[in-house]
Amino acid sequence: MYSGETTVLDAPAAVEPALPKFVLRRRRKSRSALGWLTIAFFLLVTVLPLLWVLRTALTPPAQIYSSPESLTPPTVTDDNFERVLGLMTTEEAVAASGTAAQLDFPSALKNSFIVVTLITVAMVSFSSMAAYAFARLSFPLRNAIFYLFVGALLVPPIVTLIPNFVLMRDLGWINTYAGIVAPHFLMTPFAVFFLRQFFLTLPSELEEAARLDGAGRIRTFASIIVPLSVGPIATLATLTFVTEWNDFLWPFIVGQGEGTRTLTVALGVFRSSTPQGAPDWGGLMGGSLLSAVPILIVFMFAARRMINALTYTGLK
Amino acid sequence: MALVAHARVDGVGRRWLASWGTREAGAAWLFMLPALVGLFVFHILPLWRAVGYTFTDFDLFSDPTNVGLDNYSRLFSDDQFLRAIRLTATYVVINVPVQVGIALGLAAILDKVTASILVRAVLILPFLISNVVAGLVWLWILDPAIGIVNHFLDLVGVGSQAFLGSETQAIPTIAFINVWRHLGFSTLLLVAGIATIDRALYEAAKVDGASEWQQFRRVTVPMLRPVLLFVTVTSVVGSLQIFDTIAVTTEGGPGGATRVFMWYIYELAFKRFDFGYATTLAVALFVIAAIVSVLQFRVFGRDNRA
Repeated sequence: MYSGETTVLDAPAAVEPALPKFVLRRRRKSRSALGWLTIAFFLLVTVLPLLWVLRTALTPPAQIYSSPESLTPPTVTDDNFERVLGLMTTEEAVAASGTAAQLDFPSALKNSFIVVTLITVAMVSFSSMAAYAFARLSFPLRNAIFYLFVGALLVPPIVTLIPNFVLMRDLGWINTYAGIVAPHFLMTPFAVFFLRQFFLTLPSELEEAARLDGAGRIRTFASIIVPLSVGPIATLATLTFVTEWNDFLWPFIVGQGEGTRTLTVALGVFRSSTPQGAPDWGGLMGGSLLSAVPILIVFMFAARRMINALTYTGLK
Repeated sequence: MALVAHARVDGVGRRWLASWGTREAGAAWLFMLPALVGLFVFHILPLWRAVGYTFTDFDLFSDPTNVGLDNYSRLFSDDQFLRAIRLTATYVVINVPVQVGIALGLAAILDKVTASILVRAVLILPFLISNVVAGLVWLWILDPAIGIVNHFLDLVGVGSQAFLGSETQAIPTIAFINVWRHLGFSTLLLVAGIATIDRALYEAAKVDGASEWQQFRRVTVPMLRPVLLFVTVTSVVGSLQIFDTIAVTTEGGPGGATRVFMWYIYELAFKRFDFGYATTLAVALFVIAAIVSVLQFRVFGRDNRA
C-alpha cells in the first residue's frame, strides 16, 4: 500500500514473498499448536485442583496422605459422602473423620434451596414488572427514578450491610429465612437494569395491537411481554440462582444459626470449627463438591446461555 | 408578556400534575411498587442510616450516641486502618494486573485458535463455584504440611512453603486463588470484546505487513480499550471488597497479615460491636472505590474521548 505499484490484491504475497506456501501453512500450524499448548495449560490449571478435590473426597480419611503422586485414590470409598450426607450414625462419623464437628449437609442443602428459590422467583418477577414500567410506560419522574436504581447499583454492598443488619435485628429476623431473603427479595438494581435494556428492544406493535383489543396494561405485560422475553428472563433467573447459591457474607451475618445456615455458611462454619491444621479434609472436600453439584447441573443445561449472559453483562 | 409566560408555565405544570393521575401512570406505580419498596428499604434508607451511624458510637445493644466527627478523626490515627489499606492495595496491585494481563493474552489466543464452547465452559468453571469452595479447595491443596503442592515442591528440591500460613505469602496466595477463580470469566469478557472488532482492521494491518504481535499491540488492545476498562474497573472494585476467601482460609491471620479492609470492618462490627466506626470505614471504602474508579476512567479512558 505504500508504493504506487503494489495494489491491495497482490499485497499479501508481497508481505512474505520468499516463502513457499507449504512453509507458510506449517508456520501457521505451529503457531496454532503453540496457542493450543497455552490453552491446554490453562485448562489443566483450571481442572486439576478440582480433580484433586474429587480424589480427596473419594479417599478414606486415613489414607489421605498416601501416594500423593497419583490422581486416583489408593482406595475408593464413598464414606466421606455418606458422612456428609448424614447416612452414618454419629459414632461412625466421628470414628471415620476423627473429629466431632460434623457438617449438617442435608439441612444446609435444604436451607440453600429454600432461600435461593424464594429470591430467584420473587426477585425476577418483581424486577421484570419494574423493568416493564421503565421501558414502556410513561409516568412522571421516570428517568429520575430509574437513575436511583442505577445509582444503587454503584454503591458497594458493605455500605448498606450494617444498617440492613440492624434492621433485621430490629425486626427479629436474625436466623430466619425472611432475614436472609429480604434484601434481594423485591429487586436487585442489576435485574431491573438488565431486563429494562431488553424490553426496550421489543417491537411495540404487538402491545399496541393488544391494547386496541382492549387488553389492560397488566394483561399486556402477562400475555405479550413475558412470553416474548422468556429467554432473557430465564437467563436472569439462572444468573440469580448461581449468584445467590454462592452468596456468603449476608447469610453468614444474618443466618449463621444452625437452623438457617446455607451451604456456603455451613462450609465456612465447619471449617473454622475444626481444630487448626487438622480439619476433616475428606468431609470438607466431599461437602464442597456436593455443594457445587446443583450449579453444575444448571450449567450443563444452560452453558451457552450462561456464557453469553455473563459476557453480555460485561459488554453492556 | 409576563402573562403569556405565566400561562405557559401554568399549562406545563398542569399537564405535569395531570400526568400523575393518568391510568398509565397508575399502572406504572403498581408495576414498580415492590421494586420501589425494595429500593427504598434496602438501598436508600440504609445508605442514609449508614451516614448517620458514622457520627455515632453504637454497640447495637444500646441506642447510638452522638460523637460528632470522632470516628473520622479516629481513621487517621488508626494504624490498623492504614495497614488494612496497605494490605488491600497490595492485594489489588497483584490480583488485577496478573488477572487482566493473562486474560488478555489468553483471549487473543482463544480468538485465533478455537471457538469451542467446551473450552470456554471449562475455563469458566471456577467462576461458577463459590468463593467459599474455591478458598477451601486451595486451603487443602496449599496446606503447609500435607498439601499436594508442597509435596511436589519438596520433590523438586524447592522445599515446603507456608503459603496461607506465612505473613509475607498470605496476600499473594489469596490473590492467586482469586485469579484462579476469575481468570476464565475475564477471559471470556475479553474474547467477546475481541469478537466485536472489525476484521477489516486486521486485514488492513496484515496488508501493511504487521506481525501478529503488532496486530495485537496496535489493533486488538486499542480497540478493546472500553472492555479492558470495564474489566479492570470491576475487578479493582471487586478486589477492594475481598472477604469470602479470607473468611474461610486465613480469617485475617496470620498475625493480621490478611486483615484487609472488609475483614477489618467485619471484625469491628461483628466481633467488637463497634458499629459506628465500622460503618465509617465502610463509607471510607465506598469513597476510595469511587475515587479509584474515576481515576481509572480518567487515565485509561483518555484516548477514547480524543
